[in-house]
Order: sequence, then structure tokens, then C-alpha cells
Amino acid sequence: MKDNCYIPSGCSISGMINESGKRFDGNSVIRSIALMHDRGNGLGGGFAAYGIYPRHAEQFAFHMMFDHIEAKEACEEYFKDRFDIVLDEEMPTCSGGAFEEETSGRYGEYGGHPITNPPILWRYFMDVPKSKTSFVSENEYIVKNVMEVNSRIDGAFVASSGKNMGAFKGVGYPEDIGVFYKLDEYKAYIWTAHGRFPTNTPGWWGGAHPFCLLDWSIVHNGEISSYGINKRYLEPHGYKLELRTDTEVIAYLFDLLVRKHKIPMEMAIKALAPPFWKDIDRMPEREQRIATAIRQVYGGALLNGPFSVILGHSRGMIGFNDRIKLRPMTCARADDMLYMASEEAAIREIAPELGEVWSPKAGTAVIGKLSEEVI
Amino acid sequence: MISEIPPEFIVKIDYEQCKRCKRCVMNCSFGCMQFKDRVIPDHKKCVACQRCVTFCPESAITITKNELSYKENANWTPEIRQNILKQAETGGMILSGMGNPRAYQILWDHLLIDACQVTNPSIDPLREPMELRTFIGRKPERLEFSADENGEIELATELGPQIKLDIPVVFAAMSYGAISLNAHKALVMAAKQSGTLMNTGEGGLHKDLYSYADNIIVQVASGRFGVHSEYLNTCVMVEIKIGQGAKPGIGGHLPGEKVGEEISKTRMIPVGTDAISPAPHHDIYSIEDLSQLIYAIKETTDYTKPVSVKISAVHNVAAIASGIVRAGADIVTIDGFRGGTGAAPMVIRDNVGIPIEVALAAVDQRLRDEGIRNNASILCAGGIRTSADMAKAIALGADAVVIGTAALVAMGCRVCQKCYTGNCAWGIATQKPELVRRLDPLVASERLSNLLRAWDLELKEILGSLGVNSIESLRGSRERLRGIGLDEMTLKILGVKPAGVGQ
Repeated sequence: MKDNCYIPSGCSISGMINESGKRFDGNSVIRSIALMHDRGNGLGGGFAAYGIYPRHAEQFAFHMMFDHIEAKEACEEYFKDRFDIVLDEEMPTCSGGAFEEETSGRYGEYGGHPITNPPILWRYFMDVPKSKTSFVSENEYIVKNVMEVNSRIDGAFVASSGKNMGAFKGVGYPEDIGVFYKLDEYKAYIWTAHGRFPTNTPGWWGGAHPFCLLDWSIVHNGEISSYGINKRYLEPHGYKLELRTDTEVIAYLFDLLVRKHKIPMEMAIKALAPPFWKDIDRMPEREQRIATAIRQVYGGALLNGPFSVILGHSRGMIGFNDRIKLRPMTCARADDMLYMASEEAAIREIAPELGEVWSPKAGTAVIGKLSEEVI
Repeated sequence: MISEIPPEFIVKIDYEQCKRCKRCVMNCSFGCMQFKDRVIPDHKKCVACQRCVTFCPESAITITKNELSYKENANWTPEIRQNILKQAETGGMILSGMGNPRAYQILWDHLLIDACQVTNPSIDPLREPMELRTFIGRKPERLEFSADENGEIELATELGPQIKLDIPVVFAAMSYGAISLNAHKALVMAAKQSGTLMNTGEGGLHKDLYSYADNIIVQVASGRFGVHSEYLNTCVMVEIKIGQGAKPGIGGHLPGEKVGEEISKTRMIPVGTDAISPAPHHDIYSIEDLSQLIYAIKETTDYTKPVSVKISAVHNVAAIASGIVRAGADIVTIDGFRGGTGAAPMVIRDNVGIPIEVALAAVDQRLRDEGIRNNASILCAGGIRTSADMAKAIALGADAVVIGTAALVAMGCRVCQKCYTGNCAWGIATQKPELVRRLDPLVASERLSNLLRAWDLELKEILGSLGVNSIESLRGSRERLRGIGLDEMTLKILGVKPAGVGQ
């Protein structure tokens, strides 16, 4: 299934962060993404949530999808040798008829599309044994193993692998996926969501957004026309692009630039959506030198084509567009909340009283930062 | 001895049209036209350079192939028999000019480019910025930043010298000697006009062109003609020529008759002496030796010029290129087996080397596999004919392409393949003053600039249809190419999927 499932997507995205670190349940984000129902076609929906596992905040939380029980067994065998599994359990879901009844009418006029044929959904809270990190960092070790599982264990897929966060995704409308995963029972300080409109239909759960690696999560509306070179740029750095969806390159590019190359987030965004040369040529000397060097060195990381993206990580949330803004994005603030969505209505739906509302310029990032500790 | 070789071409003169103006007699530099009451052509001397045809005011001349000069035979082609006859008469190696003309499969013509439909919009280059700016030179793998006391982010990495190209095309190395000074002038003026570079080739740089240093690549080849420290510093980039696509493993020979006063000064050899470039550099017998020369040049230029190493595309090109990058080269220029030449033994030109398409693909992939792709730029030479070839080469992984023959054609060359005779009727590949005069550098440079402008527009259209607005997003993006009529192994080497396969 992983072999032939590249999916150009249309889609809706929504994200919200409480910059003071207050956690809130998943109802708002579901309502927000449900309003944009028509931007998707029921072939994928998903959420990323940060701060949901305070009791296991120190463990890496692996959200796993298995096509069959053999995959689960093989994967657990793999984990056993490489991690200390502190807890593993089935993902709580509400399935079947109960689910249909529960969804119906709850999020507006939509809902009630039953979620069918889910894979085996299991989560693992794991420590990395000290002995494994003599030569590589914990994060590097996790990345390597995520790549291994996705590429080597048939039928196993890592949906997310960060600490105190997780991805909840699948085939269906996002509001139905949200109910399916019982997101009203989780509390997070960052929620991002995605409703999908793939133009071909593999119906693969792993192919839904968000895409996650470590604590990075990406929801993405658009298509990366530069996917071919972004993939080839990433591969020599040890990333295996097995999912054949353009979105995963964004997650890996952030991981490479920010975590491995340690370049500041603002600069990483400049690499992914750089200013035009005509603008660089007019910049003050210092800025010009930086922008020129970024384009010279990180040409392979430039994301081209239409996109709006919300990147989540444990300390914040960042929204940005392609260089000529071929996909919509509106941002808004209200008190300590920052919202981003494909449509303003999706923000108004959950927060009618807004302070500032604006549509960020092409290539300009909107950065939400956690200013305090998570409450 | 009277040659028994039948003429290759027949020159037909329409005597009803002919006004006996003798312009054809004056224009033919191969001595084909005689005037005895009327114009009498000597068919055997005709090379089909089209000079007389172009300049006949009455359009009274046509040149046709001498079709039945040899009885038809698919195996013993006219070309083969003609060459045997020549060798039987002379006992010599057969020389030829220009690139390999044989009907080998042209892989560019088996590659097709993608375009956007619906899910990702195509971009109109007339309405949106479309960026072709390319930087040639060694880049670090990553950048480092530091913050000053005010928290302002500052770049901590210092990049080596980078050459800015406004369009990812440079002119190929063609020496003063192989081509005329007027041709050199035209190339350098066009390079300046178009924001790109010309390459001196191995014959040094004429003093008249020193003011164009910002648009010049100077070459250091095995003969070291015209190489001195001022020369190495009158450029933006230095190229060490190891090989040439048209004649891998073969040196060069500029006959003494072409070495007049100006060439003598430029090449730093006595007037009238043969300029012989040995097959290898006699101080480079290993990769360590190459590295020494690279660093000798960098020392001479105070590390202000990137150094390129040019090799011809041979079987093991990927490993050789990797070695070159590790030896310190900032740029690798790969020259495919269709690359041109002023003179080469025909047997070498037509049978040695490999196509640039596969060589380029193999080198780009090898450098990526080894994690050193950022350490060098790749210039792709030898067989780039159109902007489509350029786009495909960039998609396969080239940073920029190199054009020689296409530039000559733009200047007026008719590809008659007689460059080695010194009789070029168009004033390009000759040193005879009366012929050189025929090429007006201003006119020729304008024609070259026009060609680059046309390719610039066409490449922008291609990028727009691909839905990307920057050349970086095409460079190495083989996903946007599909192969048609190629075998599985070739597709694998090219890193391209067959047409019909989606992403």
C-alpha cells in the first residue's frame, strides 16, 4: 500500500495555541475544522495535540497503525530490542454504531459518516535505554527507528513519535475522526487539524495528516511541486521518504534544518519559503548576506508550489505560506490564543470575539510561542 | 595524385539566374568556385558550408548531396567507404571537426517534462517573478548562525567564492586558435550582456579581452598555453581541462600555420610553431597530482576564484567526479560524447565516451550518495541543443549547462565540420584575416545574446508550467521527468520513471 499512494491534496487546515500554556479539550478544533467540511472529501482527517500526556511527559509516545496483527507482533518484537516500553495500550476509540449515533448532528449539519475499517491503533510510551545513546542522541535514535519501522516492517506505520504529544488521524471527515478518537477527552495547549481532499484515493490511514516526526507535526494544504528535489535533498541525510506524500518532506526539512543543523527557526522558514531575489537585492547588507547564503546553500530545501502549512512543535506553532500565496491562510489573536486557519470563518466559529485578524503575506511566517510553562 | 573519391556534394548553378557577379567565387574559402566566363564549381571541394548559397544575390546556387556516388548499402555506408578511400590514398588518420554526428540514441529526446493541472496551479511567467539566478561554486553542507549582543542573528559561516549567473548557461571552452579573435570577442560581449560566462579554452586570453574579466572562465590545459598569474587572475573562475567530450584521452594540436603574431603572444609560443597539448597533463598522473594543481591555482588566486575540473564523460565518470570533488574542485564540468571540437581523430570522436545524459545522472546521484553534492556545482556540457535540453539537464541534476556548438551556430556556423582546415567561410574557426573579418563581433554577440534571451524566456515558461518559480526547484528534480522508449536499466541510471507512471 505504501508503494503507490502519492496524494496531491486540496484540504483545509486549522490550528490554535494557548501561548500561556493552558490546556483545553479537542471540541474547539473539531468545530473549527468541521466548518470547512466542504474543503475535504472524506478521504482523510487528522489532528495533532501537544500536552496530552502529562503523566508520561518524559516518554516518547508512539502512536502506531498496524494493517494486521502480524505487523503489530513484528513491530513489538522490534521495539522490545530497542526501547524500554513503559506502557502500551489500545488507542481509545468509539467505533461502530455507537460512534454513528454520537457524531450525528454534533458538529453542525455534517457528521454521521461512519469511520470504517480502521487499522489496529495502539500507543506505546517508551524510554530509550541509556546503552543505545552512546554514539547518537536520543532524538537521532528515535528518527532512525521511525524510518526503519516505516520502511521495513510491512503493515506498520508510526503516526507520531514525540513526547507529550500525538497524532490522531485516519480516513474520513476530520470531525468524524475527531469523535472516533474521543478528542474531547484530551487536553492540549496546541491543537492542529486537517481535512483532506486528495485527488486520488488510496484510502490509507497513514497517508492522512498531520505528519509527525519527534515533536514536529505538519498539517498542510496544497502541493509541493518541488517534492522531487526536496526528497533527493533529504535522502542523503538519512531520511527515508516512504510515505510518498509531499507533506512528509516539510516535517523532515524542519527536523534537518532546525534540529540537526541547529539554524534558528526564522532562518529555517527563510530557507523553505525564501524571499525573491528582487527583494533580496534591495535588503540592507547584513540581511542580504544571510538571505543570499540561505538560498545558495539550502536551494534543495526550497518548497515550491501552492501551500499553507501549520507546523506544530512542543514550544509553539508556526504558520506560513508559499512564496506567492497560492493557498489561503488567516490568523487571529484573542487574549493568549493564536489561531490559524484556511478560512476566517473557521476561527470565528469557535472564537467570535477576536482581537487582531489578519492574512499573513506570502512567505511570511506567523509564529506562536509558548511563553510560560504548560499548566 | 588525382583523388578517386567521388564528390560528397553537387553544386548546381542556375546559369539563367546567375548574373556572373563572382560573389560566390569571393566567398568560397574552400576554392570550390572558379570563374571561366561563368562560374564553374569543383564539386569535390564543396563542404556544404552554405556560404555561397547564402550570399548569392540571385539565389542561383543549390547544393545537394551526391546521392548515387556510392551504390546503396546499409552496411558499407558512403561515409565508411569514403573514409577507407581517403585512408587508402593517404595512410593518415581521418580528422574531423564539431561533435559526434552519428545517429546514436539522443536521450534528451526520450525525456518528457511534467506540467501542472488543477491541484497545483501553473504559474504565468509574464505575471509572476520567475527566478533563474544560479550560483556556481562550493557550498557548505550547512550554515551556522550566531546572535550578537542585541540578539540580532548573524551569519557565522563564510562561503567560498560563488559565481552569479543570470541564466544557467555558460559558453563552452573554445580556444583562441581554434576559433578567431572576433568569435572570442563576440562570446565575451554576449556573456557580459546576458549575465553569464565565456570560457577561454586552452589558448590563453587576448589582451583586448582583459577588461571583460568578470565574465570569463580561464582554462588551464595540458599545454599550459598562455597561463601566467595575471591570466589566472583575469577571470571569475579557473578551469582545469583534463578531458574533452569529443576526444577523451586525446590531446590537441594547433598547426603552426595558424600561429600568427597575436596567437603567438597570447599563447606565449614562437610564431609559426605547432601548439601541441599533450594527452595527459604531464604533471598530473594521479588524483593527488590534480589536487596539487587545484591548490596551486587557488594559492595563485588567493582563494578568490572557484576552480573547476573538466572531464569527458567516460564509463567510470561518477567515481572520477567524486574524486575530483574530494581533491578540492569547486565545480565539475562533465563533457558528453557529443561535445564539439576544432579537430579530433574521427575514430575517437565517433566511438569514445558516453552520452552526457547518463553521465550527468550518474555523477549527480553519486555525489548525493556520498553526501558531497553541495561541495561542488555540476556543469553539463556536450550536446545541449535547445532550452528543453537545458531544462532536462537541470532536472537531472546540473547546476548549469554549457553550450559550444549552439553558440557557434548562433554566430553563423553551418556545422560543415571543417573547423580543422582553418578555412571557415564564416570567420569563426579560422585565423585567416580575410575570413576572420567576415565575423562582426557586435553582430555575432547580439545574435548570441538573442539566443540566450530566447532560452531564458523558454526556460521560464517551462518552470511556470511546472508550477515552480525558481530554478532551484527544477534542479535535480527528476520526479518532473518521465522517460519514453527507454529500457529499464537506462531509466534506473537516469533516476527517471517511465511515462505513464504517476508519482
